[in-house]
Amino acid sequence: MTTPTRSASLRWLTPNRFGLSVLLIAAFAIIPFAGSDYLLDAVLTPFLALALAALGLNLLTGYAGQVSLGSAAYLAVGAYAAYNFNLRLHGLPFLASLVAAGFVAAAVGIVFGLPSLRLRGFYLAVSTLAAQFFVQWTLTKFGWFSNNNPSGVIDAPPLAVAGLSFSGPVGRYVFSLTVVVVATLLAIRLLRSQVGRNFIALRDHEVAAKVIGVPLLRTKLLAFGVSSFLIGVAGVLWAFAYLRTVEPAGFNLDRSFEILFIIIIGGLASIRGAFLGAAFIVVFPLLLSRFGAALLDNVFDSGVLEMSQRIVIGALIIGLLIAEPRGLIALVDRVADKIRRRLFRPQPGPIRS
Amino acid sequence: MFDYQFFIEVLVGGLLSGVMYSLVAIGFVLIYKTSGVLNFAQGAMLLFAALTFVSLVERGVPFWLGAGVTLVIMVALGVTVERVVLRPLVNQSPMTLFMATLGLSYVIEGAAQLLWGTQVHGLDLGINDIPFEVGGVLISQFDLFAAVIAGALVTAFALFFRYTRTGLAFRAVADDQFAALAVGLRLSRVWAAVWTAAGIVALVAGLLWGARLGVQFSLSLVVLKALPVLVLGGFDSVAGAIVGGLLIGAIEKLAEVYVGPLFGGGIEVWAAYVVALAFLLLRPSGLFGQKLVERV
Repeated sequence: MTTPTRSASLRWLTPNRFGLSVLLIAAFAIIPFAGSDYLLDAVLTPFLALALAALGLNLLTGYAGQVSLGSAAYLAVGAYAAYNFNLRLHGLPFLASLVAAGFVAAAVGIVFGLPSLRLRGFYLAVSTLAAQFFVQWTLTKFGWFSNNNPSGVIDAPPLAVAGLSFSGPVGRYVFSLTVVVVATLLAIRLLRSQVGRNFIALRDHEVAAKVIGVPLLRTKLLAFGVSSFLIGVAGVLWAFAYLRTVEPAGFNLDRSFEILFIIIIGGLASIRGAFLGAAFIVVFPLLLSRFGAALLDNVFDSGVLEMSQRIVIGALIIGLLIAEPRGLIALVDRVADKIRRRLFRPQPGPIRS
Repeated sequence: MFDYQFFIEVLVGGLLSGVMYSLVAIGFVLIYKTSGVLNFAQGAMLLFAALTFVSLVERGVPFWLGAGVTLVIMVALGVTVERVVLRPLVNQSPMTLFMATLGLSYVIEGAAQLLWGTQVHGLDLGINDIPFEVGGVLISQFDLFAAVIAGALVTAFALFFRYTRTGLAFRAVADDQFAALAVGLRLSRVWAAVWTAAGIVALVAGLLWGARLGVQFSLSLVVLKALPVLVLGGFDSVAGAIVGGLLIGAIEKLAEVYVGPLFGGGIEVWAAYVVALAFLLLRPSGLFGQKLVERV
């Protein structure tokens, strides 16, 4: 009986995990050397930051069922908190600033999540807008947050962790990648724990969840806290690894909607969906502007292009909601399933259960 | 010494600008009542209506013809939205529909500006905005005009809901969609009619707001002013939209004048939300919203 033992020891090597390992090896070992600066700086780093933010929102909206329209506020809180930790506490390692910024964002998230204890549905969605406006106003109004810059702009210092510099395009990409991978693994662990199951129970039926003993108050606030922690960390990446100069106006309502669109397009309650959606939102406008520029060089100016981009994204969301409310990831899964069935067609023979 | 005259002036100004908020909020309520959708595209529709009207007038179309043509376009828009967006999404959750209207608002905003350009248009409705004095209090003539229009609109809708067959159908669908279907009401027609009505409200609100702020992209952002009004008044109550609008308008102006200086001003952007939130913690379904009954 050697076969079962062997297969048991290799059971962890499912096709999904195999694919994931290949992807991770490529992301860590090949792309940093093969990718151009443009690819790293303008595509992959923003993709990673947005994917992490979308993952955070997905925990709250996709898994725990609480809609938030104020995600950009937590991005901003994360970015400005990390900036201030870095500026005011000398000798604090950058990773500590990063985690601390996440906790500050989580605290703000919990405060603005308090209405969720009494409100649900659209009332809650609208009330999360309060975070959006309040945070943006605070960061613009009080100079302290931006070290007294008149318009609230902050310049992120070069990235360095434990003496190692991550300031080039490759460095910033690798740094973001590492942070995102670690955060994603933690999020997966959390979702597979009792807390994650509580989130889903809360989403599926609040009263029923209460009846079976899910602590609603704690679970809701935890969902807001964890979600805004991840979005806050994403904000640090956005400000320190991607843009490096940010202003409060950059974290406006459109950014919040962008993150919401990512999880709708990618797929609610799906980790891979957040990544797929983020990739789409980052790559699609680039493709569209390239395409528009190449095809209709003189006919379209940038304003027209921006407007058509808006129309296409809006239409795409409507179309996707109609065709597949579970998002791109459901489409991908279905196609993959078909291919797998075609490849591994079961041999004709006696049916076993 | 507390300046009562100044206080009343601020209060009246706030109440009158609150009417403008109510006007936007009514468009939301109409759609929410009958289809359970929070229509985020209301602001985009408002922008689209105002932009279409202004562009027509600027091209030499007479005022009333322009208004008529815009009205027809808004009706067409309402019917199209029902056919293309809502009908395929029947039976989806309210959140899915809400997200669809988010997408819709992007489409309409983009289309409006692609068609008519992004520059700011002035809009003159022929009402001079010279304030007049009542008992030592200055009142804006334009705001008063807007209030009268809003009042007329609300009365018209109230009569319509009360005394017409279509109005009855609206109320039936609002009450219970399945029951309405069961007695033979055509849901698709009712929805198309509701979206048309919301389009008309958007046109009126768009013209008034456009005359106030200039017709431009930021016009679609007045939805953000209307949302706290909805939260305060309840998403499904026209009366709530009116009272909520007045309250939010008054509170916003009073807060800006009396509390704002403590924070260095500019608190208008979030004061309304904070007030609405504080209120909701006490009454989760708004002033006039329906109480939610839940079954397990």
